[in-house]
Amino acid sequence: MPEAIAPTHEAGAHSALQHHFENMEQQREAGTLGMWVFLVTEIMFFGALFLAYTLYRYKYPEAFAAASNHLDLRLGAINTVVLIFSSFTMAMAVYSTQVGKRRNSIICLLLTIVLGLTFLGIKAVEYHDKYRDSLIPGQLIPGRPFNPPVAKPGEEADEHKLHLPPGATVKNVEMFYWIYFAMTGMHALHMIIGVGLLTVLTIMAWRGRFSPEYHAPVEISGLYWHFVDIVWIFLFPLLYLLGRHLEKHLG
Amino acid sequence: MSEHIVYPRVYVTIFLVLLVGTGLTVLAAFQDFPGPLNAVVALTIAVVKATLVVLYFMHVRYSSRLIWLVIAAALFWLAIMFALTISDYSTRAWLPVM
Repeated sequence: MPEAIAPTHEAGAHSALQHHFENMEQQREAGTLGMWVFLVTEIMFFGALFLAYTLYRYKYPEAFAAASNHLDLRLGAINTVVLIFSSFTMAMAVYSTQVGKRRNSIICLLLTIVLGLTFLGIKAVEYHDKYRDSLIPGQLIPGRPFNPPVAKPGEEADEHKLHLPPGATVKNVEMFYWIYFAMTGMHALHMIIGVGLLTVLTIMAWRGRFSPEYHAPVEISGLYWHFVDIVWIFLFPLLYLLGRHLEKHLG
Repeated sequence: MSEHIVYPRVYVTIFLVLLVGTGLTVLAAFQDFPGPLNAVVALTIAVVKATLVVLYFMHVRYSSRLIWLVIAAALFWLAIMFALTISDYSTRAWLPVM
């Protein structure tokens, strides 16, 4: 045993207490602060995407409205509810761990995972719809470059066809889809990482690693999960709802 | 400072308010408000929902001043990024065209 490491805590200290912290309270506070500092970088990261969205929306308002109206509002709204529900179950997982109800906390964590996967599944259906209508921007998909079917003026409504109002071009609609896929794609990646974190938490909870004294991992993973929820709270109206009030005028 | 425990009743209330907010934002999106009001309404509802998540789900209402400072700093820097970039893009047309 290396003799350089001197015991810094009394024998009665919690086994999860690291040697560089005075007590569990200080350790928990430091962890929370660390997570928030990370979330600041996340705010700036998604902030840049929201800024790009803002600039192009004001540059191409007609194309953005038309492209947004082409998204599946029903699926977007269902996903919003699913994600808010998952934030609620996550908050309940934190509560259950804080009060030492291991069984409830495992159930809440599993529910959160299921809801997260539901969100990703619905997102996958939406992405597939876009693939089918050749709406994935650029030449990214072999054999399916961006080439959406466009409705002719006066043509019957067809959900697969883009309805372009005066002033909107296919090129500018493509810009909307670049931003749509960049933002929802980065958001989905965060969800996948979140589901991974939750899986680790569930295993730790299963093994009885958490207690009212020590539950910092659940708490700070919860912060991350809620942050991802907040990003979607902004993405939903900005991407899915921006042109709905113009539907009648745009035709 | 000991840890504050937020009780399920608070979580349920916030959850229900968030659902109502989602319904409202969809309803509002189909109303034809004058000018840019549609965007203003949508963003206002989103900001209120996000604030509720931050304050209650993320426990910031009961967190230390240090956490508040970190969040304020983030929003301040975000505001700088938006303000400077938008002031550039929105005033480019002011240059004399040669």
